[in-house]
Amino acid sequence: MTFYDEVSKFQDTDFVEILNGFTTSQIARALDKSELQPQDFLALLSPKANDLLEDIAQAAHSVTLRNFGHTIFLFIPLYLANYCVNHCVYCGFNADNNIERRKLTLSEVENEAQAIAGTGMKHLLILTGESRLHSPVSYIKDCVSILKRYFPSVCIEIYPLSTDEYTELVGAGVDGLTVFQEVYDRNIYARVHPQGPKHNYQFRLEAPERAGQAGIRTINIGPLLGLNDWRSEIFMTGLHAAYLQKKFPEIEVSISCPRMRPEVGGYEAEFPVSDRDLVQLILALRLFLPRAGITISTRESAEFRDNLVKLGVTKMSAASSTAVGGYATAQHSLGQFEISDYRSVNEVYEAISHQGYKPVFKDWHDLSLVSDHV
Amino acid sequence: MNDKLEIGDTKLDSRLFVGTGKFADYNLIPKVIKASKTQVVTVALRRVDFDTKGENMLKYLPKDVIIMPNTSGARNATEAVRIARIAREAGCGNWVKVEVITDQKYLLPDNFETIKAIEVLAKEGFVVFPYMSPDLMAAKRMADAGAAAIMPLGAPIGTNRGLKTKELIQILISEIDLPIIVDAGIGRPSEAAEAMEMGAAAVLVNTAIATANNPVLIAEAFGQAVEAGRKAYLAGPGATQQVASASSPLTGFLRDE
Repeated sequence: MTFYDEVSKFQDTDFVEILNGFTTSQIARALDKSELQPQDFLALLSPKANDLLEDIAQAAHSVTLRNFGHTIFLFIPLYLANYCVNHCVYCGFNADNNIERRKLTLSEVENEAQAIAGTGMKHLLILTGESRLHSPVSYIKDCVSILKRYFPSVCIEIYPLSTDEYTELVGAGVDGLTVFQEVYDRNIYARVHPQGPKHNYQFRLEAPERAGQAGIRTINIGPLLGLNDWRSEIFMTGLHAAYLQKKFPEIEVSISCPRMRPEVGGYEAEFPVSDRDLVQLILALRLFLPRAGITISTRESAEFRDNLVKLGVTKMSAASSTAVGGYATAQHSLGQFEISDYRSVNEVYEAISHQGYKPVFKDWHDLSLVSDHV
Repeated sequence: MNDKLEIGDTKLDSRLFVGTGKFADYNLIPKVIKASKTQVVTVALRRVDFDTKGENMLKYLPKDVIIMPNTSGARNATEAVRIARIAREAGCGNWVKVEVITDQKYLLPDNFETIKAIEVLAKEGFVVFPYMSPDLMAAKRMADAGAAAIMPLGAPIGTNRGLKTKELIQILISEIDLPIIVDAGIGRPSEAAEAMEMGAAAVLVNTAIATANNPVLIAEAFGQAVEAGRKAYLAGPGATQQVASASSPLTGFLRDE
């Protein structure tokens, strides 16, 4: 059994009909529960729940405060390479796009590490496109061994791997996996990933479970908002996170809610998500999954991110570059997408503090250097 | 009144331990410590930034408090032992709160792995405070393994639900010859007082202080509640009567012989 079997159960579900059927009293009842069932979660995602948004926000704020306190965890992405064999119609790294392709040499990786570490950031997320030729697991492993000297936590957002490959990277010091399913609806998935290994829906969907078996500490999943109706996508994302929490109780599960941003290919979101929609879905996720992390990246604007601090979000990236390198390397390539929050680490730190929250740089300590010898 | 909490050679006046997570600003921590009169603070090693460029929370702690690093993030005994060793090497002393959590949803402790960690750490000279689910047999094993105190949870971390495990904690207080320190779940000063009245040796509070509107004021209230509860325990309150005295006693027919 994997989450693929769970998704299959919803194959023919008419979400629009169910979502439109919720009444205000059903939503109020869901809000009153200490543990929400999937049906309650769906109620909070319904159009009608929009009428109770402030009540939902108050409840979500208090749940977040009890579980995470006044803290926001910070991380920063580093793109190692942008070679890609996939044809995701919405992505700047699409193999068809005529952009400069490059990958960091190991000495460039070291320079980037020094530049990033100089900002005070401790949690690093490394990214590549999907190219087993240019950025194979062995290359990623070499990069990790350099980066671990600078960062207590190194997470990966790369193409899906086999369990053995995840085990190899966990052994090298990788402690977290980020993998976005992009879209849970299988038909849309097939359409927006027409060719390349990413066309394999099931292999991607089961990646978090393979990483879980490999002993990873944290898993971050999410849809790419804009590819399908957000209500059903977030519902499936929430179920996926709950499934992972139950199957791997020792793993910290988080969710990202990225909205599609302009990229070089010029793809436009078919299902735009408004600010109000984004707030509603974050609040619903928080109440359904009180212990899950919720991540917001620099895809969102500075002002909007500042307002989200009190609404259930627990993790934020800062001072991000979506180009290969981008922190130290002089020759910058084109980014995967355009960011919206251009502030420095210090500015983001100040903004979070201003909201009455503590930005947390370090939330893990590398244990690999301590001996087990008694 | 000469009522001290004795842990090994250490004698403490305050029976309130305070956690340092979840605060909006590290500058609040010394104020909370002062207002609560606590002498022991827990610190998650995973959060401590020893890098001089970073913000090191340990710098905000007054010199005279005892730092009790915790092994937050450990998923098994091996990781807990590693974290404890790192903390000691970093100069955090030899007290350690062992916290092994294999369940990220409820943050419930793993008593089995915790026992294994205590066995190793006690032999290495650590003063070990295990955070645990209140279970008598597990507590006995922890005592046998060399724990300095036992820290059962009142309710899951961060719930502020109070003493949901009261009956089980009462059994530990009666049966275990070590200080019982109620950790997690205490949401209000009245609940801290209740735990102390039951005979708990101390309580540890974090979320309820860190997430209050006025953390410093509630820290003071917690300090006073713990003191009041302790005094009530020492005084031995009058027995409560469940039923009124019957005017027609059932045993009235028995004459003195």
